[in-house]
Amino acid sequence: MSESNQSMSLGNPDSTTLDLVQKIAAAIGGLGLLILLVSWVGVDLPNKGFWLIISLITISLGTTLYAYQTYLNSPEGVKNNGVWFRSLTNRGLIGWIAGIVITGFYICLYWFPQLVGLHASGNIGLVALFDPLSQLLKGVPASQWFVYGTLYTMAILIFGIKFIWKYRHNRYQVIRTISVMFFQTFFAYLIPEIIESLNTSTNINWFDKDLKNMWPLDYDFFFKWHMDNMTLAGKLGTVMLIFGLLMIFVISPILTFKFGKRWYCSWVCGCGGLAETAGDSFRHLSDKTLRAWRIERWVIHLVLLFSFVMTIAVIYSYLGNDPNQYYLTRSGFTILTTALLLASAGAYLFFQRKQKDQQKNTTYIILGAVLFILGLYLVNYFSGSGSAYFFNSEKLKSWYGFYIGAIFSGIIGVGFYPILGSRVWCRFGCPMAALLGIQQKLFSRFRITTNGSQCISCGNCSTYCEMGIDVRSYAQKGQNIVRASCVGCGICAAVCPRGVLRLENGSIDLYEKTDDLHNIQVPKSSSS
Amino acid sequence: MHVAIIGNGVSGITAARYIRKLSDHKITVISSESDYFFSRTALMYIYMGHMRLKDTQPYEDWFWSKNRIELLKDHVQEVNFSNNLLKMQTGPPVRYDKLIIAVGSSSNKFGWPGQDLDRVQGLYSLQDLQLMEQYSQGLRRAVIVGGGLIGIEMAEMLHSRHIPVTLLVREKSFWDIVMPAEESAMINRHILEHGIDLRLGTELKEIIDDGSGKACGVVTNLEEEIDCQLVGLTAGVHPNVDFLRDNQLVIQKGILVDDFLQTNIPNVFAIGDCAQMENPKPGRRPVEAIWYTGRMMGEVVAYNICGQQVPYDPGIWFNSAKFLDIEYQVYGEMPATVPEGQSTFYWEHPGGKSSIRINYETQTQHVKGFNFMGTRFRHEVCEKWIVEKTPIKEVLMNFAMANFDPEFYKEYHQNICQEYEKISGQVMTSTKSRNWNQVFEFIK
Ligand SMILES: Cc1cc2nc3c(=O)[nH]c(=O)nc-3n(C[C@H](O)[C@H](O)[C@H](O)COP(=O)(O)OP(=O)(O)OC[C@H]3O[C@@H](n4cnc5c(N)ncnc54)[C@H](O)[C@@H]3O)c2cc1C
Ligand code: SF4
Ligand code: SF4
Repeated sequence: MSESNQSMSLGNPDSTTLDLVQKIAAAIGGLGLLILLVSWVGVDLPNKGFWLIISLITISLGTTLYAYQTYLNSPEGVKNNGVWFRSLTNRGLIGWIAGIVITGFYICLYWFPQLVGLHASGNIGLVALFDPLSQLLKGVPASQWFVYGTLYTMAILIFGIKFIWKYRHNRYQVIRTISVMFFQTFFAYLIPEIIESLNTSTNINWFDKDLKNMWPLDYDFFFKWHMDNMTLAGKLGTVMLIFGLLMIFVISPILTFKFGKRWYCSWVCGCGGLAETAGDSFRHLSDKTLRAWRIERWVIHLVLLFSFVMTIAVIYSYLGNDPNQYYLTRSGFTILTTALLLASAGAYLFFQRKQKDQQKNTTYIILGAVLFILGLYLVNYFSGSGSAYFFNSEKLKSWYGFYIGAIFSGIIGVGFYPILGSRVWCRFGCPMAALLGIQQKLFSRFRITTNGSQCISCGNCSTYCEMGIDVRSYAQKGQNIVRASCVGCGICAAVCPRGVLRLENGSIDLYEKTDDLHNIQVPKSSSS
Repeated sequence: MHVAIIGNGVSGITAARYIRKLSDHKITVISSESDYFFSRTALMYIYMGHMRLKDTQPYEDWFWSKNRIELLKDHVQEVNFSNNLLKMQTGPPVRYDKLIIAVGSSSNKFGWPGQDLDRVQGLYSLQDLQLMEQYSQGLRRAVIVGGGLIGIEMAEMLHSRHIPVTLLVREKSFWDIVMPAEESAMINRHILEHGIDLRLGTELKEIIDDGSGKACGVVTNLEEEIDCQLVGLTAGVHPNVDFLRDNQLVIQKGILVDDFLQTNIPNVFAIGDCAQMENPKPGRRPVEAIWYTGRMMGEVVAYNICGQQVPYDPGIWFNSAKFLDIEYQVYGEMPATVPEGQSTFYWEHPGGKSSIRINYETQTQHVKGFNFMGTRFRHEVCEKWIVEKTPIKEVLMNFAMANFDPEFYKEYHQNICQEYEKISGQVMTSTKSRNWNQVFEFIK
């Protein structure tokens, strides 16, 4: 019998067995990881700079070569073959192991930095390996956070390249990924480190120089030490302070109005950047049930409330009463925040009034929260106690830092990628996402439109939505998708096999976005 | 009133959902295929590992009890129309007041020798998918027979698992009974680019028995033998109505229904793949086995059952598919050859993976339909152009408005306009851009 015309299934993504190039790539990358591991367990490598460079280069090279071989040898298109079959990406054994390893790494970073080698008397282990690079960039030995920042940035870069190759047919994905790679490399990593190194005077303490990192994601922005360090740092500090405030109150609402929260969450943000690149393989693990959506709305808004209360309490605690000593006195601050709260609540009611799908419960909850804060505030103010609330702001601060800053955003947020999906933090925990989400839902031009009746209810869009949005439930009705949590990654539109979804900005129907525009079927009123 | 629905596919489920919206009737949906409604169109993605069965189910499990839609997993063996009774395979008989038949299709078999052997299968149901999964173990080559939409899906499925596939297509070019020559040629090229062994102008003659009742190869009309351990028969589908024949129900190809989707028996309706329209609208076929018509019929039948007389009118034809990586959308009537009195305008991207085609009346220049390959266009806009008999020149000048590709994708409407200028000698200016505000104003 003839075996002519053999079909050539070579180079298809996700081959069950690795080809030669992939094996070589894995070996190269493994070598780099081995160097990190060897120095972590305490082998004191001579000439650390050399080994560090070798390690970073081989990891990058191995990963990108592997991605090249995986994606560039087959025609452009959606590459999700076998996603639910592989142990790493279907919550199998390898997925759990990966999750535990990353979680362990985070625990070391936050609470046991000495385990990765941080020592005031001279670093050892993994941290020591990074000393030469840290000396080069900012002239001081490395800290565990420098190691973390370097690896984090590298992950975004190499997995960013992988992502670009995987989605090379989709210019939206390519450009967006270049954007997150750019913002991470320059704004989050290089520029702050370099500014630091230019600062020769020793009496200036650290403050955040990442222009794109804003409150409330950057929850310690308003902390006393941070404000002090900024104001003491002369021009640079003042610029950062003013820019930080502008970002929160002016720039970000305008950009969110024009483009939706995606301008930040999937184009600029570092947490989002890691989720979109290194986390891409786990996006389908997000929970799509209605129950998860309910939990999400409660949790994320409570975190927002928490961060708000905590920040007010902290600021209040370090302000004084004497107008000659403080630009802003406690009473001034109280009036300011009260006005801000009332204005936000007013704006919420104003915009909500025009929305077609009004949600009474959400309105009550938000108004209740605002009144609650105000009530506490006023009672306290008139009783003349020294803190904004009856509780201690220091406690609030440390709780927030521990539960939200470390456990939620780090350990659960990244460590649980292979278990809960790549955007757990962004979806359930990020106060910034909550704030931008409220803006997006209320007054943004952004929405995802659906292509008439073309949906076949296949479920690809919902499956690959990292935010756990049941995109299909809207698409199959021909309804636009307007959801507070949508980060505008555009993957739902990319994986849809029938060309049903398009991310879009439009001002003309700001308050009719959620209408059943193209009700697919017969007119509801027709009868005879 | 008790409404029983046989079939939990898209048409039966849409009917159930709308009846619930419109009334308080008791609703029972019966199916022997699956516990819950899943998207048949997504079967391939389960096999390819893109989704699990669960992910293809559009509604969560609690949805049904919450909406008081009773689900019954059983097989209807016979319908007693005189007594309004369904005879079930395992459970007790079910009495109904009104019956909706939404039993879908079955795969065609054309009497090929060996078609009933083991390791020979179609792809329609969940059970077919399970069979395919089972046969895939140790599979060295599969032969797919039939150059249609399910054939290429089956080829893509096997290909995704690195199983060599031979695709036998009777026609001279892939799906050229539906696709014009250029589009069909594009698909041919793309199939070959993926390394799938495409055999055009080749028919199945017989399937070879390995001696134990399993298929071990095929013989083609060119007398070539091809070794394989799986034969996929995907030469179309037909209404799954055999168990209803020789009864009171009038059945031709499918169950005959009037404009209100009612059969010859007053309290019995038929919808979806298994229904055959007595008076199809001009340009439409009596049996249309596609997702969208099933969904529309499901809604229409609900109105009619709940006391609103609504005739079934599917409007302007549309459909979509995906050939490996190339998406395809069609709006309006676009036969393989240009009909008498019409002209066609075709533009293909130099990369050979995307194209647009517009058919229009030669005399009046009114557009009749659109074919899009590798590019997305907006349903409502194209539909409105066809309904309003817009001249092709105006359509092309506003063409960008209908483009539905993601942001930042390169736009080619300038090139398309230039191409048309060359052919027609008319000067064009593009007036609209790809912008939601303009689309909204246009389709509102
Ligand atoms: C692989 C594949 C891909 C497709 N892709 C597309 C596409 O991309 N676009 C498109 O438009 N269309 C597509 N189609 C066609 C589309 O899926 C069908 O037109 C549609 O699903 C038909 O829906 P239905 O509700 O009429 O019937 P079905 O979905 O077939 O539902 C009928 C149900 O009734 C059950 N049933 C039958 N008889 C009995 C009985 N006696 N007792 C109990 N239960 C019974 C069956 O088991 C079945 O579950 C595709 C079809 C297949 C198979
Ligand atoms: S809805 Fe689409 S664009 Fe929005 S987050 Fe989900 S996948 Fe991304
Ligand atoms: S919008 Fe697209 S991906 Fe989502 S269910 Fe519909 S056809 Fe599938």
